[in-house]
Amino acid sequence: MPSSPGESGHFGRYGGRFSPEALVAALDEVADGWAKAKNDPDFQTELRRLLRDYTGRPSPLSEAARFSAECGGARVLLKREDLNHTGSHKINNVLGQALLTKRMGKTRVIAETGAGQHGVATATACALLGLDCVIYMGEEDTRRQALNVARMRMLGAEVIGVTIGSRTLKDAINEAFRDWVANVDHTHYLLGTVAGPHPFPSMVRDLHYIIGEEARSQVLELTGRLPDAVAACVGGGSNAIGIFAAFIPDPEVRLYGFEAGGDGVDTDRHAASITGGSPGVFQGTRTYVLQDEHGQTVPSHSISAGLDYPAVGPEHAALADSGRASYVAIPDDEAMEAFRLLCRREGIIPAIESAHALAGARRIGAELGPDAVIVVNLSGRGDKDVKTAATYFGFVDEQGEQE
Amino acid sequence: MSGERTAPEQATTLQTKLGEAKAAGRAALIGYLPAGFPDVDASIKVIQAMVAGGCDIVEVGLPYSDPTMDGPTIQRAADRALAAGTTPKDVLRVVSATAETGAAALVMSYWNPIDRYGVHRFAADLAEAGGAGVITPDLLPEEAGEWFEATDEAGLDRVFLVAPSSTDRRLRLTTDACRGFVYAASLMGVTGTREQVADTAERLVRRTREATGEDGLPVCVGLGISTGAQAAEVAGYADGVIVGAGFCQRILDAPDLDAGLTAVRGFAEELALGVRSR
Repeated sequence: MPSSPGESGHFGRYGGRFSPEALVAALDEVADGWAKAKNDPDFQTELRRLLRDYTGRPSPLSEAARFSAECGGARVLLKREDLNHTGSHKINNVLGQALLTKRMGKTRVIAETGAGQHGVATATACALLGLDCVIYMGEEDTRRQALNVARMRMLGAEVIGVTIGSRTLKDAINEAFRDWVANVDHTHYLLGTVAGPHPFPSMVRDLHYIIGEEARSQVLELTGRLPDAVAACVGGGSNAIGIFAAFIPDPEVRLYGFEAGGDGVDTDRHAASITGGSPGVFQGTRTYVLQDEHGQTVPSHSISAGLDYPAVGPEHAALADSGRASYVAIPDDEAMEAFRLLCRREGIIPAIESAHALAGARRIGAELGPDAVIVVNLSGRGDKDVKTAATYFGFVDEQGEQE
Repeated sequence: MSGERTAPEQATTLQTKLGEAKAAGRAALIGYLPAGFPDVDASIKVIQAMVAGGCDIVEVGLPYSDPTMDGPTIQRAADRALAAGTTPKDVLRVVSATAETGAAALVMSYWNPIDRYGVHRFAADLAEAGGAGVITPDLLPEEAGEWFEATDEAGLDRVFLVAPSSTDRRLRLTTDACRGFVYAASLMGVTGTREQVADTAERLVRRTREATGEDGLPVCVGLGISTGAQAAEVAGYADGVIVGAGFCQRILDAPDLDAGLTAVRGFAEELALGVRSR
């Protein structure tokens, strides 16, 4: 397990806790609860059992030979989080926090969701463990992701459309915090990424550490050496920190986080918080934020709903400043080209989020050449994105749409 | 962190106002309005009406895009203020106008706009504008090192919040960090009107007084207070009564600004009567 950021939850100058006093007791309860659970063999056994028997871990590390040819010939290996139950890495965190909820004696879980991946994973874990579940989702997103709304309801969750602010992910998080402060005695806020006030950034990272832990031993077994680079997409940054954490102590492994460049970082339509934002305080933590000169949050844009968030986890902010990881923005079009290539060359439809990492791998491969080994975290599958992608590529004709 | 901080030598207007109310055997009335709601000039008129109706102290809100502690009414008011293009400079102008009414002017702001403005610069400019202090609802004392320095240098009061869930240890930590008064959040929830004053409020005030000791800071109560009767009830145990959403609601409901000003003044008079009938 990676090291703890300490009692105050700082990563260098980032992180910490900027939250109402009313939530401090609950945040302390979660921090204490996680510190104990993390070192409790019974808890770990139960979590590992669920990850194996329910999620289907370990997820494979797949050789992507035909896609490699599109990456300057570098050997690309895909960490297949898309094969997890519910279709993405999100389930790793959700199962851990849902078990923690039961351990804390709470009966109700709330969560935010943008694209619906985290909401679906949370509704799934709550169904499995018998917890009441309420999902906050921006009204704009409930329209864009109607199928996932139905899925969450099917699993027994109540989905509340948020009609305030920009009606997207950040507003769903605001609304979840408002619910939490009023219901904190019996409710756990199951935050879906490595952002928010301490202890969320380190706890969620710990729960995704298994991605990198598995990938590191798999790549050693497969190639006999460490990779030259590890690539992941970064919105809030949970899948990226999960795979990075195991490689941070290996200085020879370059770490790349690929942000959502939208229409371009030089436009006002992107979600690249590190490459296009500035340090500030947002939703409980100090980190890079998309903000104007007065500190007001600037709405983000990405073709990928899961990366459409105007900030990033504080540990990424620290890794960026220290230079241990590099962050690069991938525009929508470049991500969609990588999406298309993975479909055609490997028979894998990736999540559009993950397609940003695949596009990044093509850039790294072109730079490092055919001797390089690149591990890409394929964080999710693209079933949820079929409509967006089909529209983008013009695969849906007028008649098809009507049927 | 605490302990060695130097208190400004002169009393701030906030401290004076709270002292006057105490001497008169009543609670102080503290009103809140986001600067720039419904627009910058109109917000000054609304604050003048609040003071004319009996507010001793006004919290001038710095509107922010992501107000996680506010309910729908204040969210809507802040949205209107942002849509009207309100900037921190406008907020300082509203503070100056508030101070000119004779009321004590505070700023209530989420942390990022102050962080972005520059912590020391904000404190200095606010003091220059005639502001007495700042309430920071999402800044915890643990993260406030630079804020302590800046408010000490500028001679500003700084108000942190305590909540029903605060442990005794945290009540001591937070009250030690406060100057001017302690803001006791009456309930576990966001801003907005409520049918009744939460039963958690009185107990929190008592616990807060235990933490501050005999000659401790004034304790003012906010969240969910929106009638004269509720103000009177809270005035029975608190040094100040804080009302926000009720003022915003009257402006939102009014057909035009003049009607809104009349309603705001009448509401302030009702509350002012309340804080005098403890």
